[in-house]
Parts: sequence; structure tokens; C-alpha cells
Amino acid sequence: MAVTDTKAAAQSKGPQPGQSGDAMYLSLGARLANNKGWLGFWFMLPATAFLVAFLTYPLGLGIWLSLTDASIGRSGVFIGIENFVWLMDDDVFWLSVFNTMLYTVVASVFKFAIGLYLALLLNKHIPFKAFIRAIVLLPWIVPTVLSAIAFWWIYDAQFSVISWALSGMGLIDENINFLGDPWNARWATIFANIWRGVPFVAITLLAGLQTVSPSLYEAATIDGANRWQLFRYVTYPMLTPIIAVVMTFSVLFTFTDFQLIYALTRGGPVNATHLMATLSFQRAILGGNLGEGAAISTAMIPFLLSAILFSWFGLQRRKWQQGEGDD
Amino acid sequence: MSFNRRSFMKGSAAAAALLAAERSGLLDVAKAWAAMNPFKPEAGAELRLLRWKRFIQSEEDAFNAAVAAFTEATGVAVTVENEFMDDIQPKASVAANVGSGPDLVWGLYSTPHLFPNKLLDLTDVADHLGGEYGGWVDSAKAYGVNGGKWIGLPMCFNGNYINYRQSAIEKAGFKTFPDDNAGFLELCKALKGTGMPAGMALGHASGDGNAWVHWALWSHGGAMVDENDKVIIDSPESLAACEYVKELYDTFIPGTASWNDGNNNKAFLSGEVGLTNNGISIYTKAVVDGMEMAADIDHAVWPTGPVGKPTEFHIAYPIMAFNYTKFPNACKAFMAFMMSSPTYDKWLDGAVGYLTHSLNAFDNAPVWTDDPKRTIFREAAKRTLTAGYQGSVGEKAAAALAEFIVLDMFASVATGQSSPADAVKQAARKAERIYSR
Repeated sequence: MAVTDTKAAAQSKGPQPGQSGDAMYLSLGARLANNKGWLGFWFMLPATAFLVAFLTYPLGLGIWLSLTDASIGRSGVFIGIENFVWLMDDDVFWLSVFNTMLYTVVASVFKFAIGLYLALLLNKHIPFKAFIRAIVLLPWIVPTVLSAIAFWWIYDAQFSVISWALSGMGLIDENINFLGDPWNARWATIFANIWRGVPFVAITLLAGLQTVSPSLYEAATIDGANRWQLFRYVTYPMLTPIIAVVMTFSVLFTFTDFQLIYALTRGGPVNATHLMATLSFQRAILGGNLGEGAAISTAMIPFLLSAILFSWFGLQRRKWQQGEGDD
Repeated sequence: MSFNRRSFMKGSAAAAALLAAERSGLLDVAKAWAAMNPFKPEAGAELRLLRWKRFIQSEEDAFNAAVAAFTEATGVAVTVENEFMDDIQPKASVAANVGSGPDLVWGLYSTPHLFPNKLLDLTDVADHLGGEYGGWVDSAKAYGVNGGKWIGLPMCFNGNYINYRQSAIEKAGFKTFPDDNAGFLELCKALKGTGMPAGMALGHASGDGNAWVHWALWSHGGAMVDENDKVIIDSPESLAACEYVKELYDTFIPGTASWNDGNNNKAFLSGEVGLTNNGISIYTKAVVDGMEMAADIDHAVWPTGPVGKPTEFHIAYPIMAFNYTKFPNACKAFMAFMMSSPTYDKWLDGAVGYLTHSLNAFDNAPVWTDDPKRTIFREAAKRTLTAGYQGSVGEKAAAALAEFIVLDMFASVATGQSSPADAVKQAARKAERIYSR
């Protein structure tokens, strides 16, 4: 019946250009093989399966776990939003939210400012340009744990090279308590994150800078633009799409940072440097409470989604990308 | 078969371990043991063992020599993987959850109690070893048994005692080490005055940090829970302990709120502090490196507090086997061999006091008398209280330890973040959450 209908449908369309009359009577399989939509479906299937297996399923499972009292080795039962209700009244959780926001905002702003400045410098014709660019990338290339261990030594309460140098210069009487004081520890971890994240911003923005046509600068210069105006009205607008992408990634990486904190402070002192990611790990894996840990991770989603949506809508504004005003 | 640097290194290490086993006579011992072994390994058995990364090189060498002898005698290949001790529990937890990974895990404290139904029943091995070697110490039974069966074998403990410089306490006006809390505080105050202060970890240090803060709490009569796992930490005893720790912290070298398990070793060996709490590894390092201070280092048991009895908290090292293993008998045989004499004596010898036995018969092991400075560590397994103290030793106690509830309570008071009353209430709230699950 279906075959008859298909034939009828094919007949109703009539022969297509370049087709013989017999082609109208191809089998369903052969016709599907020539159907672009059907072929597209199969081409997309591996990517879809990949995304479902490694993105949708873990995300869904994480959200599901946050609604259960699952622990290590026990699947648990559905308890609704009890984990979230508990977290709403948990000082350590809110401290971790505050820490995460502070860490992300301060580190991202500094990474952008320093990264942009470095990119502009590296875009100039300077001696040993390629070598210097490679050097700038080093902090990004070094594994996070290794750089964290280096900072662990730099921030050591007794053997810090900074304390040693300042003490040697007679500027301080006793060692700086980098990681033992809550606020010192916050700034110290933020600094380490900035050090590590700047190359990513700088090199990506540098790549963006190199796509800006020199003719735009020549035209602006002929029009009498000074250096600031060149940056403000040529460089910055042309770089905006790249900035949107790079800062979205930078914010996401910073917000979800784990290794640096875990290696440097484990969230201490007195939870002063716990980020949502490290607290989630501590509660879920070390503490064995998968449900509560998953709830903390799930609580990160709205923040991450906001960052992504900000970038998405930013990228949709085509005129804004081109340096023009919005309608 | 590919041959690269990694396989060469692994091959070289295995050959060295086998050579060491042969030289020490362990190979013959293993062959004789294998002939009598009640746990016959499965044909073609291969084991993966995840253990905590050693703190004493000679301990690891002795361990690997015993493993090599076991493999040679039984034909069971054993791959040993090392991880930093804080990473053992997460890895074991993941293995338990996904049902795949190492056959054996040698972990810490009450890790087996996090997933008791995922572990092999080791009651027969425990009974066999207990019968052969004078029975298990009480703390080993507490850590090993769950629901009437053994789910892990506490192969040994790590004594965490006071490490001090004799010259430092003499300079502070003390001839002998004080044996009560009041005297200990006085000593620390005096040490601060001499420029060689004390220092104990108040960062998230799972070993040294947890050891001393639990001593502080328990020695004042405080506890997280009672015998029925009811949370009782919000008590006058806990408040008194907070006040005491605050006073103690004020005498410490600055920065201990950031210390992890390695900081105190560095600070002590570099002469920055004259007193800390640790295993015997500081002294061993000083001896091995030929440092002059080795002769000046000594060890003391924890002072007794108002509660009037020892309240020490030493690390337990239980080994466990997952029930997903294809070779349960090989797992049991491995455990039985490692804890049999003279294999275990040689291993204790290699550990030079860092590891304390959990089977009574090894009280007479030569390691405890070869050097008088080690003798104190012989009693660690018998003197220690267990995670959870009066309460159960299970997953709730493990979670409370992993979340540093007691440590953060004291750290927040010591660093001025909270008043003792607030810190105790905060700790009680966290504990309620864990114990009400």
C-alpha cells in the first residue's frame, strides 16, 4: 500500500529534468539514498550520538542525581528538591557561590585587560616576534597542576620566594601569609588563575587582530585618526566578535576551575577558596554524597547558561559586530 | 609486543624488586608459603592494585619485593599503581560506582565503609590471619568489619605522634615532654618565646590535620556523635576544645592555616619549627639524609586532656578487594601472603616505624626495638580511637572526615573567622546533615 502511494506521489510530480521515466519507479531504498534530507540525517547521526552519549546523558544524569539521595555505590531514591532546599540554607554553599563569582569576575576582567594589551603589543613589528609569542603561550601550555605546584611553592607560608625577596629588601618583617589568610588566599588563587589564563586571551585576540585589514588603518590615518581613535573606531569594532567568543570561553573556564584550587588550597582555609566545582567534588566524591554534590553542580548551570546566552545574543547582533549601532 | 621507555622502566623496576626478594630470602619464603596457601589463585590470574604513594622509600622497596616474591611463587602477576593518598578514595569510589578498575585498593581510614556492598567478603582471610598471628587489634576490627563480615583488612596503621627537637624543649625550660594538655600549651607558649615555635596543620590536611584536631576535641570530652550516632558536637566540651585550640594556634608559626600534609615536614626539617605532629617520616628523612638534627629529634605520645585518657587518632590503612574482580582467590592469597610472617616482618622493617602492625603477634618485630626512637610507634594501632569515635565507623564517619568538619570548626575559631559558639553550631549543622541521611 505504501509502495503504491509512493509511486502515485512520484507520478504526480512527473518526470524530473534529466530523469528517464523508469527512474520514477526506483525502489524506496534507492530513492532514500538519493534523498538529501535522509542522507543528512545519517551524516548527523554519529555527531548526535556522540553529543547524546557524552553531553546530554551526563548532564541529564547529573540533574537527576541532584534530585536523589544517591551516594557512592547506592543509586538512591527521588527526593525532589530537598538537596537544593538544604543548600539554600548552607553557609558554605553560599560562600562557594560568592567565591566563584568573585574569582570569575575579577580574573576574567584582568585576563581580558592584560590579554588585550599583550595582543596589541605582539601585533606590532618587534624583534624576535615569533619567539616572544611562544614565550607568552608558556603558562597556557604548562599543565595546570604543574603550575599550581609552582604557585604552591611561591605562596608557601615559610619558603615563599616573594616573602624571601621582600624580606631581603627589608620591606617586610615576617613572611606573607598567602594561603593561610582567607582574603590573601582568594587574591593569591585569582592571581594564579590570571597568570595561567592570559595567554589564551592574548593569543586568540592576536589572531583576531591579524585579520583586520591594514587598509582600514590607512584610510583612518588619512582621515586624521590618532592612535586612540584607530583603536576605538577600527581595532575594537573589528575585534568585537572575537572578544565575545574568547571571553565566553574564558568565563566558562574560570567559573568551572577546579585543578588550581584543588592543588593549591583544597578549598581552605576554612572554605575561603572553595569554588562551586571544588565543593561539589568534596561533597560528592570525597564525602560520598553524590546527590548533594550533583545539586551544587546543577546550581552552576544557570550561571553558565547566562554566560553562553550573553555571548549568543551578542554574536547575533550583526551590525554591532561590524561596529555600527544597533537598530 | 611494543618496547618503549615505560615498559623498560617497569621491567627494570620489577627485575630490581625480584632481585631484592631473592637477596632477602623472600623468594624461598614465598615458595614455601604458596605450597601451604589455603587460598588457591585462579589459573591465569592477574591483579591490579592501587595503593597510596609511599612516604618512605625503603617501605615501598620492601613492599615491591614482597609483591615480586608473591608473583614468582604463585604466578599471579600484580600491577601496582601509586596515587597520592588523598586521591585514593575518589578513585576507589569511582571504581565501586562503575564496577570496573583495580581489583585491590589499599586506602585510608573507613574507605571500605563507603561502599560495603561492592566489596569482597574477606572474613575467611581475616579469620585465617587472626588465628595465625595472635588476633587483630580492636581498632582493626572496627575498621574492617561491617554487618558482621570483614570488608577490608587494615594491613597496618600509621602512628601520628608529636615530633619535637629535644634541644628546643630544653631551651623552652622543659626537661621532659609534658603529658597533659595544660603542660603542652605551656610548652608551645615557651617555644614561641625561643624563636623555635610549634606548628600543626590547620589547612585541609587529611592526615596530620585530622589527627591533631580530633585529639584536641576528644581530649576535652567532645565528640561528633554518641554511641547511637546522634550528633552531640554542640557541647560545652567542644567549646572548651575550641578555646584551647585558639590559644594553641596563637603560639604556632604563622601560616599553619594553609598547611597541608607536607608543610610541617618541610618546616621541621628546615629548622623553622621545633615541634609538630607527624608520622616517623620526618625522623627517617633526617636519618637517611645524615642530618645532624636526627640525634636531636624525638617523639612523644599525645598529652592527655581533661577527659583523663589517651585520645589519639592514627591513620588506618585498610586493603579491600572489589566484588567485580575476576580473581577473588588471588586477591585473598595476596592479602594473606603480605600479612604472613616473615614477609610482614621484612615489610615492617623496611617501613622503619612508619607502619604499625594490626596483628598482635608482630609486637615482637625487631623494627620496634632496633631504634628506641621508633618504639613509641609500636602502640599506635592499640592506642588509636577510630573515625566516628563513640559512633559507627561507617560511611557517615568517613563523610564527616572528608568534609573536614572538625578541622574547619577549629580553623574558623583559630583564624578569627567565627566565635567558638558559632563554629560549633556550624559544625553541628553539617554533621546533622550527614548523620540524618
